[in-house]
Amino acid sequence: MNAPLTHAPAAAEADEHLSGRNIRLGLRGKQILDSVDFTARPGEVTAIVGPNGSGKTTLLRCLTGEIAGQCAPGSTIRMGALDVTRAEPWLLAQRRAVLAQATSLAFPFTVLEVVRLGAEGAGGAARARQALAQVDLGHYAERYYQELSGGEQQRVQLARVLAQLDAPRGHHGPRWLFLDEPVSALDIGHQLQVMEIARAFARNGGGVVAVMHDLNLTAMFAQEVVLLNQGRVLGAGAPAEVLTDRLLETAYGCRLRIGVAPRDGLFLLPQTAEQGN
Amino acid sequence: MVALPHPEAPALEHGDRRRRARQLRLVLAGVLLVTVLLSLAVGAAGTSLWQSLAAVLRGEAIPLSDSIVLWQIRAPRTLMGMGVGAALAVSGALMQGLFRNPLADPGIVGVSAGAGLGAITAIVLGAFLPLGLLTALGFYLVPLAAFLGSWLSTILLYRVATRSGRTSVAVMLLAGIALGALTGAASGVMVYIADDNQLRDLTFWGMGSLAGATWPKVLTGMAVILPALCAAPLLARGLNALSLGEAAAYHLGIRIQRVKNLAILAVAAATGAAVAMSGGIGFVGIVVPHLLRLVSGPDHRELLPNAALLGAALLLVADIISRVVIAPAELPIGIVTAILGGPFFLWILLRQRGVLDL
Repeated sequence: MNAPLTHAPAAAEADEHLSGRNIRLGLRGKQILDSVDFTARPGEVTAIVGPNGSGKTTLLRCLTGEIAGQCAPGSTIRMGALDVTRAEPWLLAQRRAVLAQATSLAFPFTVLEVVRLGAEGAGGAARARQALAQVDLGHYAERYYQELSGGEQQRVQLARVLAQLDAPRGHHGPRWLFLDEPVSALDIGHQLQVMEIARAFARNGGGVVAVMHDLNLTAMFAQEVVLLNQGRVLGAGAPAEVLTDRLLETAYGCRLRIGVAPRDGLFLLPQTAEQGN
Repeated sequence: MVALPHPEAPALEHGDRRRRARQLRLVLAGVLLVTVLLSLAVGAAGTSLWQSLAAVLRGEAIPLSDSIVLWQIRAPRTLMGMGVGAALAVSGALMQGLFRNPLADPGIVGVSAGAGLGAITAIVLGAFLPLGLLTALGFYLVPLAAFLGSWLSTILLYRVATRSGRTSVAVMLLAGIALGALTGAASGVMVYIADDNQLRDLTFWGMGSLAGATWPKVLTGMAVILPALCAAPLLARGLNALSLGEAAAYHLGIRIQRVKNLAILAVAAATGAAVAMSGGIGFVGIVVPHLLRLVSGPDHRELLPNAALLGAALLLVADIISRVVIAPAELPIGIVTAILGGPFFLWILLRQRGVLDL
């Protein structure tokens, strides 16, 4: 699905990318992002990894447009032909949706009402139902959001985000799903389920950009990995190129060894960490 | 709701309380109609106008005295009660949405006090304005001053209590106390320099009453309240999205700053006009939205119109009570709403003690 059947001209392909060039952002005199170049392609899951405080979430907030206006002059962020730093919120909302790390709710909405905040207009109710079923919470529709556990709330929010986008592709090109540590509050079964949803979204032509803490899941689901350290890109490319002993050691400041499973792909365990350094 | 027939169509309603909210709106409209008739007909002992009212509805002539009481006293008073009640309830709901907090209410956090200071200042110092300006403003002077007072205090409160999109309840309430004390002191200074006539005006006004309703006063007040009430539904989608937090609202396509500015303006206009017309009437803004959220959910698209209806009806009921309970004398309506609303507010606090992080 992700490989175009007929070979389109390179320029047209690049028009559908999400790309940031020379993103620089300082907050209160501290440089959070320094000359970051970033490219994500539709049809792929692109993971942003790096240690705490490396600027992952800040980069995501730039790419979604939320703080794009605060980037230093000379920073460009484009979603296809759309200039993210200047786009109107409603225009961006048609093309991308964002799942935050945690979302608190001010008033007692039911689960279905929360999802419907993302799905407006005709067919919104059906879309909301469908999205809830997709995250395995169809039977929770009339429960109060605040009564759910943190992990369940996170899945409800994912349903809201999916309902906002409706389909992975729109008439103006791919839609983008931004996920900020989507699985950190989930058990392993639901971690896999959420990552499968992201993968399916990409396979159907949309783009997924996810901030990830879990390097195993990253290796398993991402086609592209961007490794950040202290606001700079330490490496970008396929998981096997970026998740290497040398780069991870530099980024995380502890010695790690990558193990390769018998089948293709990578896995990584905390047990391979060595003391010292 | 869905255009295509769907096997699960009936189930779609589960967990979505919009239909219930719309049914509720019909009920509330009916209740309001009844209270309007009651408010027109019921009065101090011996002035019941049921027969005259029935005659008017049949299109028959009524005695001149009844006609004066009905059209020059009760009708403007009823309209004022509806306007003030709707304004107080809607500004409460708007403010709660803006602050993302069910305890925010213009009366509790000092915004009404700010409006009051504006109104008092206008009553006491208005005479010092250039004559041309004074005549140009006319009846609008006091509502405009009250609007300015509530607008400035809402902005100040928002700046103090909200950091990067999160409102701290504790800071909001404490800032409200400080604001109330400050405006109270300034109002005290105004009272001190007021002359005897003004003092009498201020005293009656401050207790909160619909008794002074005249057509000019009511119509100027409504000219400020109606635009605010009409603007409120435009904010509903934005406030719904804001209940997920500012970042999420932006991601859903909302121009947050515009929603906030408009909400602050609408709250200030509605509160300012209500306070200017009727003085200190408390608790309507917190009781009404809270009850409606319990029954039909917090969706602002339904909450705001329903709040206008219930607020109007509730204030008319309170006014009727204030008229008949110690007839022929009258109890200030602010006392009635405080007696009804105070315990209710304490009950909300008890219920939410575990949920709210005070």
